[in-house]
Amino acid sequence: MSAQHWIEPHPTGIYVRPADAWIDPSTPRDRALVTHGHADHARGGHGHVWATRETLAIMALRYGTASGTAVDYGEEMRIGGVTIRYVPAGHVLGSAQIVLDHAGERVVVTGDYKRRPDPTCTPFEPVPCDIFVTEATFGLPVFRHPDTGSEVDRLLGALHAHPDRCVLVGAYALGKAQRVITELRARGHRDPIYIHGALERMCALYQDFGVELGELRAATGVPAKEMRGHIVIAPPSALNDRWSRRLPDPITAMASGWMRVRQRARQKNVELPLVISDHADWDELTDTIAELAPTETWITHGREEALLHWCMTRQMRARALALVGREDEDEG
Amino acid sequence: MRAFSQLLDGLVYTRSRNGKLDLIADYMRRAPDPDRGWALAALTGNLDLKAVKASAIGEMIRDRTDPVLFEMSRDYVGDLAETVALLWPKAEDQPPEIDDGSLTLSAIVDRLQGVSRAGAPAALAQMMHHLDASGRFALLKLATGGLRVGISARLAKTGFAQAFGLDVDDVEQVWHALSPPYAALFDWAEGRCERPDPAGTPHFRPFMLAHPLEADSVDLSDYAAEWKWDGIRVQIVGTGQETRLYSRAGDDITGSFPDIAGAFSGHAVLDGELLVKGEFQGAKEHGGAAASFNALQQRLGRKAVSAKMMVDYPAFVRLYDLLLEGDEDVRALPWTQRRARLEAFLPTLDPTRFDLSALIDAPDFDTLADIRAGARDAAIEGVMLKRRDSPYVAGRKAALWYKWKRDPLTADCVMMYAQRGHGKRSSFYSDYTFGCWTEDGELLPVGKAYSGFTDEELKWLDRFVRTSTVNRFGPVREVEKTLVLEVAFDSIHDSKRHKSGLAMRFPRIARIRRDKPPHEADRIETLRRMIA
Repeated sequence: MSAQHWIEPHPTGIYVRPADAWIDPSTPRDRALVTHGHADHARGGHGHVWATRETLAIMALRYGTASGTAVDYGEEMRIGGVTIRYVPAGHVLGSAQIVLDHAGERVVVTGDYKRRPDPTCTPFEPVPCDIFVTEATFGLPVFRHPDTGSEVDRLLGALHAHPDRCVLVGAYALGKAQRVITELRARGHRDPIYIHGALERMCALYQDFGVELGELRAATGVPAKEMRGHIVIAPPSALNDRWSRRLPDPITAMASGWMRVRQRARQKNVELPLVISDHADWDELTDTIAELAPTETWITHGREEALLHWCMTRQMRARALALVGREDEDEG
Repeated sequence: MRAFSQLLDGLVYTRSRNGKLDLIADYMRRAPDPDRGWALAALTGNLDLKAVKASAIGEMIRDRTDPVLFEMSRDYVGDLAETVALLWPKAEDQPPEIDDGSLTLSAIVDRLQGVSRAGAPAALAQMMHHLDASGRFALLKLATGGLRVGISARLAKTGFAQAFGLDVDDVEQVWHALSPPYAALFDWAEGRCERPDPAGTPHFRPFMLAHPLEADSVDLSDYAAEWKWDGIRVQIVGTGQETRLYSRAGDDITGSFPDIAGAFSGHAVLDGELLVKGEFQGAKEHGGAAASFNALQQRLGRKAVSAKMMVDYPAFVRLYDLLLEGDEDVRALPWTQRRARLEAFLPTLDPTRFDLSALIDAPDFDTLADIRAGARDAAIEGVMLKRRDSPYVAGRKAALWYKWKRDPLTADCVMMYAQRGHGKRSSFYSDYTFGCWTEDGELLPVGKAYSGFTDEELKWLDRFVRTSTVNRFGPVREVEKTLVLEVAFDSIHDSKRHKSGLAMRFPRIARIRRDKPPHEADRIETLRRMIA
């Protein structure tokens, strides 16, 4: 593929030579194109960042102010002879795929994505291309996420079955927590939801961008009995931490695509595994590649071997990239 | 099936014993007959569907998935039934990932009891289409036996007893007079008929267990010492007409050990250590030798055992205690009296299958400590201390029985290969092969360990393996030889199986030595000097 002379995968990110810019670099660079706000894609310390308004706000929250150019979905810009467009990836608020056109070729870098509906972000937009750079977090056929509504119903079922306890849901602070809250609201759950201190600023940011989260209350400094019969959301690291001892006999739940494998849930001492993911499952990954029919697929992080094999058996060109530092499992 | 698969999921995820009991009790009260009877049979390991072999699962999935993707998935998930349950492709006309409610547990059992071995894969596949992932998992576990949901037969019976306000020992007494789906048991439990007659059925009694010794010493005029043998505790229950063997958890393991059960025709209940004949642990001066636990493991968990197995791994029981003699319950008697009666009982037994756990003759505790330290050569784990006046009581009671294990040896080794684990550690690289240096600076494997680390350390080790892989051989990853592991082990022996000529006993990871450069790890010759 001739595009290989202008776009180069490196362990520390994807380098776009004519633009002299890096996509999701894991080390500080002068010019960075960032797909979304998760820490394994958006690092601090870059010179200049191009990202969506939402992603820039998330990066500012996490790393302090950074100099950046806010890019709207669909807006075209030219950097060093490359035409660049950000289109929605459906992963978390502000997440984008980066579409690069140069020398008559098109490369799409998805960052992370999913295809199913998510009330907190704009849905994935498929863009036909020559080189499709995809994630593969759940790149094994055992990962098939069930319907989100039925998972949320299980959460509400456990809550209502134990009015003297609370359900503590482990959810990644950026994206998953807000998605779980909006999915609960969509199922008619109007009660206040208690949140861990580490989620407060990110939830406020989502609300500033117009995502309705309903009534949220700080879980810290509240008497345990007030939280009985309520849902408490905390980052996964807090589930088995001393922090959770303050809660009224919590049922420990976790919202993650990893929860599909029961030993994974057991390893994390989860009693109520909820298979709710912000990543494409196996069917979504393979359907997307089949739909876009790129000349070549590059597979970044996750279980790339299986997806690579799937492409090969269909006579589709594919290669696995070894990017460092990707895949924070809490994010699944 | 949905209620049953949810019960199994609940049992897998619930940590507390009381939580598990509540789930079982709740199911037993609510589920219809005869579903709940079959569920109770499955939970207690009494449901035997002979036509379905694990190979049926393989056969069923082979035509339906890409074999490479299947192997990758299985390697990741770590369990055949779960892998198949998760990636099962539903037929076009079936609702996706939904249990359509068309299959009851009893319908499934009826179907599988009626099917031939050749027909099993098709029958299973047809049922798989109607279930969700949890239901498919439950079906496959049910069909092949061994639910592995972390509960013992005893716990299942306790949950059943709790559901109907019964005493579990009363349930235990009638249990072996009944068979699945236990209609008479449920009739009794719900007050529809009299208690079934348990006369003459050999039932399980809970074991007496030991605490680790924490005090610096005990007075040997109060405590008797025995060797701690490395097999499994077993209870032999004979009625004169029938003999059964029970494991520590109350599981009936008679089927795996017909050589033992067949050699016992007495009317008594005995407690002992199930071992395989051999020379690995102990010697004549310890009251007899025995093969390693590894040899015994070849015989465990089998529904049926071949004649060759019994010849290659001949089992015997080293007796510790006597609970009942005839109809007389002697558990309340002091240990000294029970021991005397056990010694008197022994001559009635087949000496090739039963011997007596020898007492260690030591005048004082310091001498005992020396004897225990010296037993490292004999590969004995440690010593048991039993209060001479202790009655035989269920569970661990303070100050009655102690186990006193030896301190381990340690060596600094370098990680060489890693493999994914199973069960709780599945999908993590948790099995490590490590090596030490030869004179010529070559690293040779000296052992393999898959325990000893904390969950946090496991996460770190897993990450190390993933980021340091230099080679892959199927499921095995070779890693950069940069990480030093402090390995603890009970003893080390000559071995022809390994190139290093060494074999460790009970190796486990004691510490991760990130601070230590790999060339400072131990040399083979240092380990060789530890051979006692």
